[in-house]
Amino acid sequence: MKKTYKLIDLDCANCAAKMENAIRNIDGVTSATVSFMSQKMTVEGDDARFDAIMQEVVKVCRKVEPDCEIVLK
Amino acid sequence: MTKKQKKMLYRILVSFVLFLIAVLLPLEGLLRLPVFLIPYAIVGWDVLWKAVRNILNGQVFDENFLMAVATLGAFGCGEYPEGVAVLLFYQVGELFQSVAVSRSRQSIADLMDIRPDYANIERDGQLVQVDPEEISVGDIIVIKAGERVPLDGVVTEGASALDTAALTGESLPRDVAPGDTVISGCVNLSGLLHVQAAKPFGESTVARILDLVENSSEKKAQAEHFITKFARYYTPIVVFAALALAVLPSLLTGGQWGVWVPRALNFLVVSCPCALVISIPLSFFGGIGGASKQGILVKGSNYLEALARAGIVVFDKTGTLTEGKFAVVKTEGDVLEQAALAEQFSTHPISRSILTAWGGQPAPERVRDVDEIAGHGVRAVVDGRTVLAGNRKLLEREEIAIPAVQEQAGTTVYVAVEGEYRGYLVIADQPKPNSAQALRELKACGVRQTVMLTGDSQGAAQHVAQALGLDQFHAQLLPADKVQRVEELLEAKQPGEQLIFVGDGINDAPVLSRADVGVAMGALGSDAAIEAADLVLMDDDLSKLPVAVRIAKKTLAIVKQNIVFAIGVKVLVLVLSAMGRANMWAAVFADVGVSVLAILNASRMLRTK
Repeated sequence: MKKTYKLIDLDCANCAAKMENAIRNIDGVTSATVSFMSQKMTVEGDDARFDAIMQEVVKVCRKVEPDCEIVLK
Repeated sequence: MTKKQKKMLYRILVSFVLFLIAVLLPLEGLLRLPVFLIPYAIVGWDVLWKAVRNILNGQVFDENFLMAVATLGAFGCGEYPEGVAVLLFYQVGELFQSVAVSRSRQSIADLMDIRPDYANIERDGQLVQVDPEEISVGDIIVIKAGERVPLDGVVTEGASALDTAALTGESLPRDVAPGDTVISGCVNLSGLLHVQAAKPFGESTVARILDLVENSSEKKAQAEHFITKFARYYTPIVVFAALALAVLPSLLTGGQWGVWVPRALNFLVVSCPCALVISIPLSFFGGIGGASKQGILVKGSNYLEALARAGIVVFDKTGTLTEGKFAVVKTEGDVLEQAALAEQFSTHPISRSILTAWGGQPAPERVRDVDEIAGHGVRAVVDGRTVLAGNRKLLEREEIAIPAVQEQAGTTVYVAVEGEYRGYLVIADQPKPNSAQALRELKACGVRQTVMLTGDSQGAAQHVAQALGLDQFHAQLLPADKVQRVEELLEAKQPGEQLIFVGDGINDAPVLSRADVGVAMGALGSDAAIEAADLVLMDDDLSKLPVAVRIAKKTLAIVKQNIVFAIGVKVLVLVLSAMGRANMWAAVFADVGVSVLAILNASRMLRTK
């Protein structure tokens, strides 16, 4: 499953790169991109565990850049 | 400016005033410390707070931490004004950077502002506005003058002109009448249109284009990968170098701590790779945004990078370099009318082109006994006389002698009346009016070789190749042969060169995917072409290709400038700092100043023609 999320207050490009790396290292994530320019994040991962993966993504991002909020639809 | 940015601006101003007061107060010794700490805290509390929070989260090498260490270090060395000024300068730079980035982002968003906000639909006799996503296939939507077409569909009622500029960059409006297809994203200029939706919003052209451009940042260019990698090593290396610089000289050679620690602090300030990390993707994003404004869709930064190094451009002939329509290009003898009348019932494209060239109204009453002979031509009685119009074989069958004619660039139709040869017509596919110009411009952009591939006959291919000035052509190719030829050309590439293939995207999917960059033309409304290609020219205009190459080259030039400039300044300041020749001001310039300049340079991309 591949989903795109909007990001709010992603202020620094370096943080975007760090978030991207951190998300890629989560178990079950096949690919991830964090675009500083479009303030969007795309995550692709196992269908069955996708909700669990997303929880992990939110946790990891909060660690890297606490100011940035992921809009979960 | 956003609320957040305004708040930052006020903090900077207040802190600046307090800082000036602190400098002017006639205080001595330790009393100065609290006076300078006040403006420091006002402008920098968030930097300190973030530094602490990030360390708790295991993120050590971030710019907040580095700035905190550097400025607190300055305070530790008794350089209070420096400590405040550097942080103040840093925050000004950060604010400026944030404003510049949001401006650029906004102007790219404006470029892409083709998303329709609503659709009008009739419910219980009332026209209501609904979200385009709520419309299902088959619904009739109403588009008033000045409104954007929300979904792809077919006109059922009304006539109007559509402005396709947002999609194709083409300023000439397109006329539509009942039965015509309309494409979402166009603007209805004049009349009221009723349109039956042919696709749901998600599959309509506008949604696909937006999706494509927004996701283009997923396919990163080599330059971007380089920067990501560079950033990963650069920061730790500089931080450890700073540590070594602070400790080693004083321990080993008995140097002064007061000399080496400030030099090391400079290293920390310069260690953030932000200038590169922001400006490089911004340049590519700007390039892709600017291209889409011209009706050129680029599916990724990597393709923009490849396009800038285009060395060989391979074209499909029919529909790409030529119109894909047959026309009479030459007439020998007074035979046009007879041929046209004899062929008037035929639906063959060649017959249609003869009728068009003649320009008269079909006159069935003048013709009888029409006999179409497959693979040969037509025999008919026109105005009481037997007319033969067809290939050489047709006349030879009737034992009519044909004078020797040299091979023509196209299909030759011979005409005989009452058993006697009268002349011939040559029918050929016409080059598009701007093909030759586009090819010349490509050469001017540094393309080494232009090649044409076609399934057409040798004669026809040669004619087009000569007329347009192509370097090479290969005729009578089957689709599989085209792939073979492209493979050969790929082998013959010079180092660093890229091969571009341009086709109409209908039959050439294998070649499109085999080339380094596959370009599909005239893709407006053709899903298959948008799917198969890496670069899509929305309208049929080949002259957009040199534009795309120029945009790509400019993007790459800016990227290179920024990489060289940013790394150059940083290394220079590092060296000067180690030698004690650069102060903290220079270091802050090498960090935020360089970022701001690089961003400004990248934002030039948004104004490319």
